[in-house]
Amino acid sequence: MSTLQVSVYRYNPETDSAPYMQEFQVDTKGRDLMVLDVLHLTKEQDSSMAYRRSCREGVCGSDGMNMNGKNGLACITPLSEVVKNNKLVLRPLPGLPVIRDLVVDMGIFYKQYERIQPYLQNDTPAPAIERLQSPEDRDKLDGLYECILCACCSTSCPSFWWNPDKFVGPAGLLQSYRFLADSRDEATSERLAELEDPFSVFRCRGIMNCVAVCPKGLNPTRAIGKIREMLLANAT
Amino acid sequence: MSNMRSLSFDAIIIGGGGSGLRAALELAKSGKKTAVLSKVFPTRSHTVSAQGGITCAIASADPNDDWRWHMYDTVKGGDYIADQDAAEYMCSEGPKAVFELEHMGLPFSRFDNGRIYQRPFGGQSKNFGEGGQAARTCAAADRTGHALLHTLYQNNLKNNTTFLNEWYAVDLVKNANGDVVGCIALDIETGEVVHVKSKATVLATGGAGRIYASTTNALINTGDGIGMALRAGFPMQDMEMWQFHPTGIYGAGTLVTEGCRGEGGYLVNKDGERFMERYAPNAKDLAGRDVVARSMVMEILEGRGCGDKADHVFLKLDHLGEEVLGKRLPGIVELSKTFAHVDPAKEPIPVVPTCHYMMGGIPTNVHGQAVMQDADGNDQIVNGLFACGEAACVSVHGANRLGGNSLLDLVVFGRAAGMFIEGALNEGIDYLEATDSDVDAAMKRMSRWNESNGGESVPDLKAELQDIMQNAFGVFRQEDNMQEGVKKLAELRERIANAHLGDKSNAFNTARVEALELDNLMEVAEATAISALERKESRGAHSRYDYPDRDDVNWLKHSLYFPAEKVLGKRDVNFTPKTVDTFEPKVRTY
Amino acid sequence: MVTNITNFGRSGLSDWLIQRFSAVILALYTLFIVAYLLLNPGLDYATWSGLFAQTWMRIFSLLAFVSIAAHAWIGLWTVTTDYLKPTGIRLAVQSAIILAIFVFLVWGIQILWGA
Repeated sequence: MSTLQVSVYRYNPETDSAPYMQEFQVDTKGRDLMVLDVLHLTKEQDSSMAYRRSCREGVCGSDGMNMNGKNGLACITPLSEVVKNNKLVLRPLPGLPVIRDLVVDMGIFYKQYERIQPYLQNDTPAPAIERLQSPEDRDKLDGLYECILCACCSTSCPSFWWNPDKFVGPAGLLQSYRFLADSRDEATSERLAELEDPFSVFRCRGIMNCVAVCPKGLNPTRAIGKIREMLLANAT
Repeated sequence: MSNMRSLSFDAIIIGGGGSGLRAALELAKSGKKTAVLSKVFPTRSHTVSAQGGITCAIASADPNDDWRWHMYDTVKGGDYIADQDAAEYMCSEGPKAVFELEHMGLPFSRFDNGRIYQRPFGGQSKNFGEGGQAARTCAAADRTGHALLHTLYQNNLKNNTTFLNEWYAVDLVKNANGDVVGCIALDIETGEVVHVKSKATVLATGGAGRIYASTTNALINTGDGIGMALRAGFPMQDMEMWQFHPTGIYGAGTLVTEGCRGEGGYLVNKDGERFMERYAPNAKDLAGRDVVARSMVMEILEGRGCGDKADHVFLKLDHLGEEVLGKRLPGIVELSKTFAHVDPAKEPIPVVPTCHYMMGGIPTNVHGQAVMQDADGNDQIVNGLFACGEAACVSVHGANRLGGNSLLDLVVFGRAAGMFIEGALNEGIDYLEATDSDVDAAMKRMSRWNESNGGESVPDLKAELQDIMQNAFGVFRQEDNMQEGVKKLAELRERIANAHLGDKSNAFNTARVEALELDNLMEVAEATAISALERKESRGAHSRYDYPDRDDVNWLKHSLYFPAEKVLGKRDVNFTPKTVDTFEPKVRTY
Repeated sequence: MVTNITNFGRSGLSDWLIQRFSAVILALYTLFIVAYLLLNPGLDYATWSGLFAQTWMRIFSLLAFVSIAAHAWIGLWTVTTDYLKPTGIRLAVQSAIILAIFVFLVWGIQILWGA
């Protein structure tokens, strides 16, 4: 038997008064499909199912969702990694408003990203060529710039669930540190001043849910620790 | 449609990938009322998947590097139907555009002296092909597209660009004079249909690799801009020219960068032979992509393929060592493990040529202005319509694009379009307003789907279209096969015209978007098929068994596909660069 | 920067530092008391009261009381901002917490220095 039991969170604001779980039987033909492939098969059964997807190779960050209780990207999560007892339960990313089915409103997540001023700031007139950067300084950006803004981390973080309007969240803080760590950026003290209140950074309790779910293997908790160190060094 | 809401902009950019965001940045800085309309959040655009780098003569790896050498490679790589004035513009302006990206914060990898890291890519040479392999591709590890797209998005945030994210452009709106004065767009989240008016409409909608069953392209690459332009009656250039990337992961189709071979990897057949030494004795695995892809297919057809079905070859990387792989190709290690279940530090990656890039598209000049032909065969500017990036055919890639030239194309011509539109807006643009009936004409297709009640389903038809294209218009092509393909496509068009949209709800209805995308795939497929059938020669990526040779007497030309009559015309290739001597067509060997 | 905050310091950094510093004090104090009880198995009132008659012990104890007050306030303030979303209820609970901490602190001081 290669029939997989798939249970998908459904909600259409036009017709449903409340969300419900829809059951599908999907024939995997014994293959170890990716969860996104399974979603395509369920959409063939019911074309009204809505989910985001784009690159299908784990770099665009569209298809973050909750699969059997854990956040991840559907396109690079093989069934063998998540399915237990032949059952797959798919829910939208937790903590964000649902627009429809597996599609969540990521507005507040993007807003926190924008808040950390995610762009290089350097008012020194640029040279005619590139700004030089040593390989060692460039290495400091590894593990930071690779973020794909899929929101798997921030939506698995209880502090972000409770205070999404005040706590920047792991994704935004990882990017904040990406610019703090960049030898070419000149706005370090302005950036730090924006972060030293009790919410923006300090709501991180270090439980490392973000690290556990990041599909790119990044470590926001470590970046947050580095920001705290910088704040401390800056204040003393 | 009097009850439709309308929005007005100086310029609307359709598409939030590299070229769209670069154009938007230029316009946002100028203070023009600009919006980017994108069917996905911008960083989900396909530019994000680009891996190896951006090719440009910034003279970092080699202080004596010269943009003219890069231009020579580009023209030769394009099998001499790249426009030489456009290639000249791209290669000479390139360094400026790349340094700008660095100043914006793009985290390029570095050499010990602090300059941008450059790696060798296919088809690169020094001294006009005489000086051996060059290393000209600027890289951020193997995530250059991701780094580039995020950097551009970030700088658009910095400059307060207006974004209409998750909006889908349905069709262009033309006024009574045939000028493009905006588009009809669907707000995917709410289902609202809006008339977007603009003085300049930029199609930066990317490629359409999804016309093939096997492609490295994202699921969103459905040629929406090409479809819109064709339905509006505008011609398409060189649509037969589709690049098959040598190294798509066997079975999955995901891309493995040419940078793997640039860093020293090579292809082997089932006997473990490095077969590219036979096909391209000098450049070997770094010959042009069309050459490598064809060689791989030859190996497979001659029974030297790998695996049970002998239908792929291997890309060998293990000799590079874990350290180089971890530092220079970390994304490839990840992708190989996920999609090929192979650790490239230990085993070779199974690969097969996979549809990757559309060299053709909307013909434009170097300012991004769309071009059509008048009755006498002369170029004529389309008022109000611009294109850049993969959707455009400037043409810098000719019949075959060199690796790393697509990202350069995006930023150079996105920037050029932005600068030109800014100037044009300053001088004043005044086109006739669209009437209600003009808007209704652009709404026709959308209304058709909304009123459909019965017929075949969208996914089935899409799969059929992709199979037709895969079977008849792949790496090698021949007359009878293509005739059959064109016939099947004509039938398919009828069936799509009667297909059914089952879900007619408003909120985030992805079924509706996929139905609208299917129309565009159909337009691109048919333009490709007819162009391929009519170009009776082999050049660059277009290889025919029945016409195996390049025919410079008849076909040193762009093809120009006219959608109304479904016929193929020709357009002259530019051979008059401004500051260098013309590169005369030569026999192309690597 | 988030500025709509009912906390006293308004600085996450100082809160964070106080939380860690006070935790260290409380840990030391706890260790000391536990060790003292273990080393004095037949503890009587006179010895116990003698311990607290010494000035260094009174200072050490006061430090622990202040630490527990600060630690409790920052911790509970955080908890209330996480879980109590209606402003009225949150303010009321926070006021009650402040009052309780104040009372316990004054009471503690009185016990310590009053005798």
